[in-house]
Amino acid sequence: MRHVSLLIALSAFWLLLSGVFTPFLLAAGLGSALLVVWFTDRRMKVLDLEGHPVHLTRNALTYWPWLLWEIVKSGWDVSKRILHPRLPISPCLVRVATSQKTDVGRVIYANSITLTPGTISLELSDSEILVHALTREGAEGLATGDMDRRATAFEAAL
Amino acid sequence: MFAAAAIALLVALGLTVARAWLGPTVFDRVLGANTVGTLAVCLMAVYGFLTERPEFLDVAIVYALLNVLSTLAILKFFRFGSLGDPEDEEDAPRPEARP
Amino acid sequence: MNLVADILGWAFIAAGSFFTVVGAFGLVRMPDLYTRLHASGVLDPFGVSLILIGLMFQAGLTLVTVKLAFLVVLLMFTSPVACHALARAALHRGVKPLLDDKGDASSKH
Repeated sequence: MRHVSLLIALSAFWLLLSGVFTPFLLAAGLGSALLVVWFTDRRMKVLDLEGHPVHLTRNALTYWPWLLWEIVKSGWDVSKRILHPRLPISPCLVRVATSQKTDVGRVIYANSITLTPGTISLELSDSEILVHALTREGAEGLATGDMDRRATAFEAAL
Repeated sequence: MFAAAAIALLVALGLTVARAWLGPTVFDRVLGANTVGTLAVCLMAVYGFLTERPEFLDVAIVYALLNVLSTLAILKFFRFGSLGDPEDEEDAPRPEARP
Repeated sequence: MNLVADILGWAFIAAGSFFTVVGAFGLVRMPDLYTRLHASGVLDPFGVSLILIGLMFQAGLTLVTVKLAFLVVLLMFTSPVACHALARAALHRGVKPLLDDKGDASSKH
């Protein structure tokens, strides 16, 4: 199942980059995709829950739009602060507790924090993330744990 | 309008190069270089539309892939002093952070 | 319909150009490395992605659109990784973050 989804993804990537639909090139693309699937599974052994987390696809459809909206909101906030004549920033460090069970979930949470303008994850450990926030309000918004809950719901797929 | 977007990107590129030039620490320069790469990706896409030559997008995709790899390689080199061997990364003792 | 896509595309491109220039301006204006990283967060995935989404509306439904969408997703995945690696490397090499000294916020759990 995981092999098939990786094969489809790699073939689609080939088609995307080539854009030529002659039989020889299609066969070559399929062949190299098969070769890569074999290589990732048998030689590199990275075709697992972490390397190709395809089981999260359904939850991504609800998590990503929410995350995009958060990015837009905080991006607007940070750019207002950049353009403000007095530069109203109050940088601070916060430790945020994580409630995710798997490494994939923690990485998703830390990447979501970094992707949102105004907060950056500095150090990731088993149970907490050290976050640098541009403003005190941003740090307090993170401390409410809304994003943490959503990331936990995201990783708990299937 | 594509030209306006290209000009905005060029202005941003100029400011970013200024940061990479001024940057007091080496990490400021790496940040500047990384951001220049991202802006170059976007500028390639816009230039492809401006001249109606969509082949530039392929170059942009490859450049985006190379950009993040080069940033990670530079950072790893500054942290460990070498690009390292993936085999012994797990249990090798990490060098202490120098002041 | 075509006109709507056209206008939407121009709106996205204009917004993206605005955020890109603002982010680059913040990159020059901010006082230390970590706050500059926040400014680059406005520019790096956000403004650039808005411009690319605007170009997607302009291209119509072709292979070019799919390539642009792939580029947006690629940037969204790679740029936080680069940003986190940069911040972590700087922290481990002893670059001290400039902190607001109105009380200690790091004890907030």
